[in-house]
Amino acid sequence: MDLWLLFLCALGVAVRAAIFYSPLSGAISERVELSTPQTAWRRVVEALTLLDLGVSPYEGDTFHETPMIIYIFHFLIDYSELVFTVVDITTTVILYLSAKKTALHLWEKQKSRKWSVDVSAILLRPKSLHWLPLHVAAAYLLNPLTIATCVARSTCALHNLLLALLMLATQNNSIILSAVFLALASYESLYPVVLLLPVILQLAQKEVKGKLTLRNPYLLCFILEYTVVFLGCLSVLLMLSYSLLYSSDFIPAVYGFILSVPDLTPNVGLFWYFFTEVFEHFRLFFICIFQLNAFIYTLPLIIVLSDHPQFLMFIQIALLAVFKSYPNLGDVAFYLALLPTWAHLNRYLRNSFLVLCLLLSCGVLFPILWHLWVFSGSANANFYYAATLAFSTAQILLISDYLYAFRRREFHLKHGIEIKTEDGRKMMVELK
Amino acid sequence: MGLLSDPQNRERILCFLIRHNSKLCILCYALGLVWFLLLPLPPLSAPTYISENALLPGLVEGTFGGGSQALVLSRDFAAHKDLVGGLPVEWLNKTMTSLGLEVHTQTFAVDLPFPDEINERYHVRGTNVQGVVRARRAASTEALVLHVPFLPEANDQATGLALSLAAHFRKQVYWAKDLIVLVTEHDLLGIQAWLGAYHGINLTSMGVRSSELGGYCGALQAALTLQLSSDVATSIDLQLHGPNGLLPNLDLPNLVHRLCLNEKILCTTQGLLPPQEDNAWWQSMHIMLLQALGQASTQPASEHGLFLRHRVEALGLKAINSHRQEKVSLNKLGRLLEGVFRSLNNLLERFHQSFFFYLLPSLQNYVSIGNYAPCAAAILVVLFLCAIELWAKLNPDKERGAREAAALNQASIPWLSVIGSIVIAHGLGIALYVGPLVAHQSAANYFDLPEDEAVSLTALGIGVSSLSLPHRGSTPQGWIWLKLFALLELGMLLLALDLLNFPLAFMLAIATVPAAVFSQPSHKTASIALLLVASPAALSLMGLALQTELNPHGPPSGQLGGFIGLFLRWLQCLSHSILEHQSLGTNLYPLLTLGLFPCWLQLWHVALWKE
Repeated sequence: MDLWLLFLCALGVAVRAAIFYSPLSGAISERVELSTPQTAWRRVVEALTLLDLGVSPYEGDTFHETPMIIYIFHFLIDYSELVFTVVDITTTVILYLSAKKTALHLWEKQKSRKWSVDVSAILLRPKSLHWLPLHVAAAYLLNPLTIATCVARSTCALHNLLLALLMLATQNNSIILSAVFLALASYESLYPVVLLLPVILQLAQKEVKGKLTLRNPYLLCFILEYTVVFLGCLSVLLMLSYSLLYSSDFIPAVYGFILSVPDLTPNVGLFWYFFTEVFEHFRLFFICIFQLNAFIYTLPLIIVLSDHPQFLMFIQIALLAVFKSYPNLGDVAFYLALLPTWAHLNRYLRNSFLVLCLLLSCGVLFPILWHLWVFSGSANANFYYAATLAFSTAQILLISDYLYAFRRREFHLKHGIEIKTEDGRKMMVELK
Repeated sequence: MGLLSDPQNRERILCFLIRHNSKLCILCYALGLVWFLLLPLPPLSAPTYISENALLPGLVEGTFGGGSQALVLSRDFAAHKDLVGGLPVEWLNKTMTSLGLEVHTQTFAVDLPFPDEINERYHVRGTNVQGVVRARRAASTEALVLHVPFLPEANDQATGLALSLAAHFRKQVYWAKDLIVLVTEHDLLGIQAWLGAYHGINLTSMGVRSSELGGYCGALQAALTLQLSSDVATSIDLQLHGPNGLLPNLDLPNLVHRLCLNEKILCTTQGLLPPQEDNAWWQSMHIMLLQALGQASTQPASEHGLFLRHRVEALGLKAINSHRQEKVSLNKLGRLLEGVFRSLNNLLERFHQSFFFYLLPSLQNYVSIGNYAPCAAAILVVLFLCAIELWAKLNPDKERGAREAAALNQASIPWLSVIGSIVIAHGLGIALYVGPLVAHQSAANYFDLPEDEAVSLTALGIGVSSLSLPHRGSTPQGWIWLKLFALLELGMLLLALDLLNFPLAFMLAIATVPAAVFSQPSHKTASIALLLVASPAALSLMGLALQTELNPHGPPSGQLGGFIGLFLRWLQCLSHSILEHQSLGTNLYPLLTLGLFPCWLQLWHVALWKE
């Protein structure tokens, strides 16, 4: 199986190299769906040029990445193609390892449970679990969206690497490492901070004695402990960043930028159009409402999925890709790569064909409506936003469908597959 | 989303869709077709109006009186044209300078990939002459263009009128934008070279070598292309569409139409008289169909079209001199153009107020995108419905019982044969796109043919021979997967095209959707017959026949009639569309070969699938 992974990586590198050296690469890196103001490679180059000229990269309003990116690419700017390819390969290998762990975990969890009724039809099979990590790796490395993100040199590839590392560290139950990577991911793009609770929940299952309720003093203690380690790492990172340029300009330029959404360049998210339209004096209110979307779902999801932190993490990562202020297709590619982990839910998915059609047509509509709006000037922003709305709807349908399928499967595992009512008819499932 | 998450409702909807699938498909298809036929009627087509208020002050009394000067200039121009045997650059230079314009010339050279037999050219060398009336009180940041294509046999009066108008305009004080009088050689190639040099870009795959252009005037706001070959005219015909179905902002044709009404000049479009009270539906439909066919051909209606690609709103004005009684003098035509340019001079922003996507059943009425989009949507829904049915067949829902579950066992998806067929279809599409350009030279030498015929015959040969490539399925139900894929691909293609070039997409959809939905191995003969009718070659042939039939001036003279004539003309059009794709960037040929042909070939494989 490892040979397969090697083959996959070679294929991934070949495809990337071919596209890097084809005339397509210029056009791809211009796409707003891939390069947001936060992740655009062009802005990184600009920042490094400013730095060479002795000007703070955060002067003006071009650069919104962290000093760590400057530090990395200060030495590697001439090898950027290589760096992004290596980053993608690394992410793939890490996702592979993490998926291996997840598969093992799911298998052990299934073995440890006792089944009251016959549910063998929906149980996991060792054969499918055996191939699961490879499917995840292929879904990430060969996804056209990932390839495009890599070719566009969007720094989103690095964010994905950090998320993958976080997942692997959490799967391996290494508290310190997971805190470090969570801090790194949050430091890079702020939103992963909502993964704090899912990560704690997952680690606590192995580390904390007793039932996981809020009355359990061990759990409270663990939460406190982990949060302190996380905040410690985060402050070390912020301090290092400060010492790199001897200024704290980066805090408003990165985190202020993410939270207050001043740049309304179109992207695949929901923010830009709304805030070009909204009256200035309502802006703060609506910013709060929109940002709340990214954070608010954590609590209800924890209540519902407290026994399944891996799934919780997946749903949370997917929701971030929809509700963050500057989403791009690289984020979408990351959570799409995790879908094979949950392939055993496919049976209960209801809207997969609809979602597939919607996603495909969005893939066609984005470039065309952009062309009509920006180049030929015959369409306008409304057309493009319509495609954005359709894209977000498709993603929400997909996520809620997976959530439904997961809950439904859990229900059937508990009560059996064929459920009869008292008068012997087949019972329908109702969502209330 | 309650509809989608409530399982009982969902079940009901899905069952309904599957049980009544064929009825629903027919209903949607008929709805789309009927809707399209109803488009010229009042609630769907509304009266036109000028949306941009800044254009209205130009509707003032004109003062142009240089008609006789225009005539003298055009006679002079014709004399020098005959003397030089081409565009009299020297004379134009001298005359424009004496009229007080700032003159610049540009030479250009284009090498076509193969000889163009229709226009008899291969290595094209030419010159464009441009005279600028600078606005006295503006900073040359915006400009308007009056474009006159140079034709060896015609268009002398247009040149004369443009020159005398420029002389008149130079004396006026109200100009806020510069005015460029542009005379270009070699019709579309000349104007393309000029536009490319003006904007510093090349929009086609072919290299155009041109000399440096002097006298820049800032962003072009609008352009008019003038064709006038007689001393008097009876009507003005508006030519709208550019390459790939692009249209100018509706305000521009509206403005010209309004000014024509003011000057009491008969104004038409597509060369047809405005619809009369009796039989208005057919007359409107006739005009609309001609516009749709023109857009679907992806060729520009006149030389103005290439301006549209550079985001310059442009219109072609063709003066027609027929046997009608009321004649329009050059003075009157001049006043019309004066009014148009004065209106355009008042523009404060780019054209943006009115529609960019529309159909014109007449110049008094328009159909906006919101009104014609439903017919395209209805036809696309047919594909979606058919795809849903196939999907339901492939994924029998356990809850719905064993009705379809028995049909298939899911474990045996014949990946190899399905993916093989998909790859073969797309590979052949690429071969069809590249082949004629690569192989025409050797084909021409081997069979001793003219090169353009060799091009079209190579394309035809590749297309026909690709029908015989292997397409055998390993499992009985593999065709469902293949058909599902082909339907989705066709749907995406038509969706994309609906936005870019609605008439083309609609015509393709009307013909291909029934064949696509119907094709299945169990009705082999009928599927094959339908598919043959809906093949890209047959579709383009039918489009050509329809255009010939509807064209008010009949087929081009000196051509054979009947089916043989049509077929020969189709071969000519085939090579011409390859040439235009290479030289002007029209996209009919790549669209048919890289987009439609692979979809069609997959459906062909579906129909021939061995069960």
